[in-house]
Order: sequence, then structure tokens, then C-alpha cells
Amino acid sequence: MKHTVAVQVANESGVLARIASLFSRRGFNIESLSVGQTEKEDVSRITLVVCGSQKVLEQLEKQLNKLIVVYKVSNITNDPAVSRSMAFIKVRADYATRSEIIQIVDVFRGEIVDVANDSVMVEITGDEGKINAMEELLEPYGIIELVRTGKIAMTRGKK
Amino acid sequence: MIILTERCTGAEIFVKSLSREGVETIFGYPGGTVLPIYDKLYDSDFEHILPHHEQGGIHAADGYARSTGKTGVVIATSGPGATNLVTGLATAYMDSVPLVAFTGQVPSHMLGTDAFQEADITGISMPITKHNYLVQKTENLARIIKEAFHIAGSGRPGPILVDIPKDIMMQEVEFAYPDRVELRGYKPNYRGHPLQIKKAAKKINQSRKPVFYAGGGVIISGASSELRQLAEKAQIPVTTTLTGLGAFDERSKLSLGMLGMHGSTEANMAISHADLIIAVGCRFDDRVTGKLDEFAQEAEIIHIDIDPAEVGKRVSIEIPIVGDVKGILTELNKKVTEKSSNGWGTQIQGWKDMDRRQYRETGKNGRLSPGPIIEEIDSLTDGDAFIVTEVGQHQMWAAQFFNYNRPRQFITSGGLGTMGYGFPASLGVQVGNKDDLVFLLAGDGSFQMNIQELATAAKNNLPVKIVILNNQYLGMVRQWQEMFLDKRYSSTCLRRRADCPPHCSEPDEDCPEMIPDFVKVAEAYGIKAEKITKPEDVKPALERALAEPGPYLLDCLIEAEENVFPMVPPGGSLYEMILEEESE
Repeated sequence: MKHTVAVQVANESGVLARIASLFSRRGFNIESLSVGQTEKEDVSRITLVVCGSQKVLEQLEKQLNKLIVVYKVSNITNDPAVSRSMAFIKVRADYATRSEIIQIVDVFRGEIVDVANDSVMVEITGDEGKINAMEELLEPYGIIELVRTGKIAMTRGKK
Repeated sequence: MIILTERCTGAEIFVKSLSREGVETIFGYPGGTVLPIYDKLYDSDFEHILPHHEQGGIHAADGYARSTGKTGVVIATSGPGATNLVTGLATAYMDSVPLVAFTGQVPSHMLGTDAFQEADITGISMPITKHNYLVQKTENLARIIKEAFHIAGSGRPGPILVDIPKDIMMQEVEFAYPDRVELRGYKPNYRGHPLQIKKAAKKINQSRKPVFYAGGGVIISGASSELRQLAEKAQIPVTTTLTGLGAFDERSKLSLGMLGMHGSTEANMAISHADLIIAVGCRFDDRVTGKLDEFAQEAEIIHIDIDPAEVGKRVSIEIPIVGDVKGILTELNKKVTEKSSNGWGTQIQGWKDMDRRQYRETGKNGRLSPGPIIEEIDSLTDGDAFIVTEVGQHQMWAAQFFNYNRPRQFITSGGLGTMGYGFPASLGVQVGNKDDLVFLLAGDGSFQMNIQELATAAKNNLPVKIVILNNQYLGMVRQWQEMFLDKRYSSTCLRRRADCPPHCSEPDEDCPEMIPDFVKVAEAYGIKAEKITKPEDVKPALERALAEPGPYLLDCLIEAEENVFPMVPPGGSLYEMILEEESE
């Protein structure tokens, strides 16, 4: 089962190494990880998507909490939350196919961010399913390059 | 408030900060990048012990810490000095020993350039320290030292490494030692949840066949007397782990001795038949539980530990209580009702009568047997000496045959099983307990892993009594080869020379002498030593060792193929102990 975990950590050098080292030595399986600064200058936030049983997740949360640089660990899998990841997809596009591709991208509320003679670059934001669907639809035209961010998430409301 | 500051170099801050932390003894080895610190230490009041290898230094600091409860301090230089600390850090991390290791580092502007004697020791030690620091500004040094000692000794203790680039030691800044730490990400929980304690007390009161399973956490927490009170009040038998030995007086009727792979019959049977296990300050190590699916199948488990990550890590727990063992046991004491001995006690007595620790008066061919030697040490010292061990068969015999009766009496590398730990650790124990008697029980293999520390013992006149149980084998590995690998003694015979036949399972009297001759080695270091081969010589030799004011080495030639029993075979269940050797 997949879990989404939000981790508040100290914004200092070596923090990511500590967390990566913990995951590798304890054998935790990380599907995606994204990290960035928060509204506080000295705090970063890591959003993790982790695969594993409830027991594995419990250990992961406890082990993360043992790190001195970790301030707070919240499992937000079952909380009402908004989550997004983003992708750039460079897809083959010529005179004949370009307009079709633009239509597909429009339906998905994506954006064409670069146009070249024989390709376009698409930016798409959404949940995993949406990005997968976009990828599937663009596949027949020939995907040249694809890059995805990890997921970021925030719970709704005051919390 | 006016904070008085003074201008100091990093090296001066280092010395002043350690004084403020109450450090008295430092184990350290100098080198290029710690020169500024050593220059300041030259005029300081610290007792400085120079080991003869950084690994010896950190194990000595570990022995000092385990035996005194204070935080051990070790210094090493950058690069190889720092990497030589790795085994010691891992050893201390596994057994939750409070240590602060300071390493020199190449100057800041050279970091990352593969400079001479540069090693990324913070990167290397990340998974084997509770926390570590690379000091980036001299202004941060005092705060980091304050935090390092705080983290090392609080919560579940552990080793901290502080890596200090040489320029940081030389730069001058305003110095004021902080009087408290503020760590947002570190707030150990000491107080057990009252509701959980209430539930646990109720379970204990209802149980018919309860057992205490006590680990090293009881000793660290200083909870031995609380444990004894509770055990006596409710007549609950107590078994301890290897690192928990001494947490409960083994001379008590309620003591079951050690549990696990080489545990006593009564301990393993009691765990397997109990209806309630109260696990205190322990972590359900694989050497303790045996086959996990069959561990304590009839029991519900209460687990008391300060580290939440240990609760439910390997075994599902009915009643978890996270917090300091001492406080929680005190609360439980108020709520648990008095009981008198019952049928459970009788059943346990039955297993005690069955106990088959492999004990022989003498080995084959009239050779020495390990049991009587250890019992003789127990009786000659009135059970009062510190017993420090290396790792292997002799360690298990030391655990089985000595009756530990006070916390911090038994010093051993439990979790990591570090050969070469015991001898330097015994020197640290002696440094921290100058008037006490310290015995090292060593194997002929592990003693050689830090044998250079004989110089440290001799030069500092540390009167450790070294008893080598010499079977001329890497005995524990040989035992496994005998039992599970068809007696194929691959690389475990220490008498073996290059011209021996490739396969040999039956060394005999014609085999070459073992190298080295420990007596001659000790004498080369100016340490008195003798070799013992006959059972009747054990007592007089031990008496001579005790009469000697300095260190003393006894090389005891024991039966070569003696085994440790009982034994739960690897992957086996606790109740499936092999009790004794199959008769031939």
C-alpha cells in the first residue's frame, strides 16, 4: 500500500543524506521524494510516497522521528489533502500532429512550454493518474524525454 | 542579563567546554589535525590516556562509560584516526553507550579536495551514531559540544561524533558556554503514559505465569532496585539479556539467569510457557528470541522502553509503555498487588533442576575446563569484581558461570559482538574505577585483536587481571562448524601453519605450537604472566594474580573442543534447546 508522509526537517546541510541513509539501511522502499523550503527559513519539508505495510510505515515514522534533524512526521495518507506532482514531456510533433497534441494538452489543462521544429515540450501538473493518462495519450506520437517531480501534498483546512 | 564572554580559540573552547561538562578523563590519540587541541591539553587537568590504536581508545572510553554511567570521551585525528573509531562507534551504538568522539578534520577550505588524511567521517559514521556534527564555524563549537553531551547521555544513550576542522580550532571568537540546549527535533519522552501503566498493572495482577525479561535498559536507567522490588512483591521470576546481566541479582531465587541462544534452560522454558512477559529496557534481539514466530507464543507482552522505535519493531506488543524504565517501574510498584509463590514457581524450579549448562570439572585428557575457572574467579573475588569479556565462547561461559549481582558489573559487546572490544574496554573500566578489581575474560583469538593495549595497561599501571581461556581455536565459529558444517574447520584453528594439510578436523599433540606465546608477549610489555595447564593450578595462579599490584596475565590452556551449551540452534525456537553434546 502507498502512503504519503510529510516530514518537517531542519534546513541545513546533510539532512537529506541522513534521511536517504536511514531509508537505505532499514530497507524502506521510497517511491518518490520531494524537498523544499517552507514558510520558515530554517525548516524544509519533505513529502514522501512510501510503499509498505502499516507495520513498515510505523517503523519508518518512528525511525525518522529518532533523527535529531527531523522536527515532525505526519502521515497524511488518509487526511483530506491536495496533492500534485508535475512533469515535462518532450514529444515528437510535426506539422501534421502538432495541433492534435495541443488539443490533448488543452483538455488536460497542460501547457506547451516550448516548440521546436519537430517536437513540443508539455508541462503538466496533477495527481499521478492524470500524468499517467497524459503520458499514455502522448505515447503514440513518440515521447523523446520525460521528467517528473515527486509528489507534494498539503492537508486541507486549518490543520 | 549580562553574559560574560571572553575571546578564545576553538581549541581553548574545546578544553573549557569539556571542563564545563564535568569531563575528567579523555582517551585520545594525537595527530596532525588535532595538534591545536593537544597543545591545550598539555596544560589541562584532564586525565589523558593514550591508547596504542584509536580503536583501543574508543573501546576504553566505552568501558569507562558503561562501568561508571558517565559519558566517555575519545579524541582521534582526521582520516585513518577517525576511521579507526568506526568499530567502536558501531559497538557503542548497538549497546546504547553514551560516548562523545571528537575527530580532527582537514582545514575547512580543503574539505572535499581529497587532502592528506581527509576522510568524510560524518558521512561514514551517520548510520552508527545517534547524531553527528561537522563544525562549520568556531562560533558554533560550544553549542555543538553542549548538544553532543546532552544527546549522548539522555533518552536512549548513544555515541555522538563531532568532526572539527583544524582552522576552526585555531580561530579566535567570543566564548560563552550555553547553559541549556534547545533542540527542536529531540525531546525524549521519560514519563510513561498513566493509562498504559494502569493497564499493565492490571495485566500483571491477573497473570498466573508472568516473567520479567530485563535488558540493558534497566541498567542504563538505574532501575535495578525498582525491578527487584516489583519482582519480589509480585513473585515474578526475572531473566536478563546478555547486556542486562547484573540488572537483577543472580543469587536471588527469582533469577532465571540469561535467556536466548545460550540462555539457561529455566529462562527459555519460562519464556516459552509464560502467560505474560514484561519486557523492560530491551529490544527483542534475534539472539534472544530465536525463531520469532514461536517466541513466547502463550504470552501477552508488555514492553517498557524509552525508544518508541523499539516497541513493536520485531514483536507485536499488547501493552506498549514508552518512557524511562525507572519511573515506570516505580509507578507499577504502587499498583501491583503482592503475591506469594505459586505453582508457576514450582514449575520453574523443575526447569532449574534440569539445567544443563555444560559444566565439567576437567576437560578431556585432564585439560582445563572453562566453568571451574570462572567460578573460581567468582568465589575468590566474593562475586564483586568487574567482569569484562571479548566475544565468543568465553563470553558465553562468562555469562553463564559467574553470578552477577550488581548493575554495570558485566561489560561486554552484546549487540555488535566486537572481538577486540574487551581488553581495551577493561582498561577503561579500571581507569573509571581505580579501587575496584577488574577481570578480563578473553579468548585467544579476540585478545589478539587489540593486544597492543598491553602497553597501555603497563604504562598506566592498570591492574587488570587478564584471563585468556585459550582453546587454540576461534572457538565459537569452530563450534558452529562442528555442529552444522560437518566439522570442516575452515580457518578456525589458530595452531594452523602454512604447511598443514588443507583439511584437518582432528588436531593432535603433534600439531605446531600456537603463535604467539602469550606469556612471552606479556613479559615483553613488562607484565607478569603465567601459563596454566592443570586444574589444580587455577586457584593458586589466580591468587598470585590477585596479589600482584599491577596487571597480570593468565594464559589458561583449556579443552580445545569444549562447546557452549545449552544452545538454541540458529533459526530454532527457544524451547528446542540442544542441552548437551551427543555422546560419541
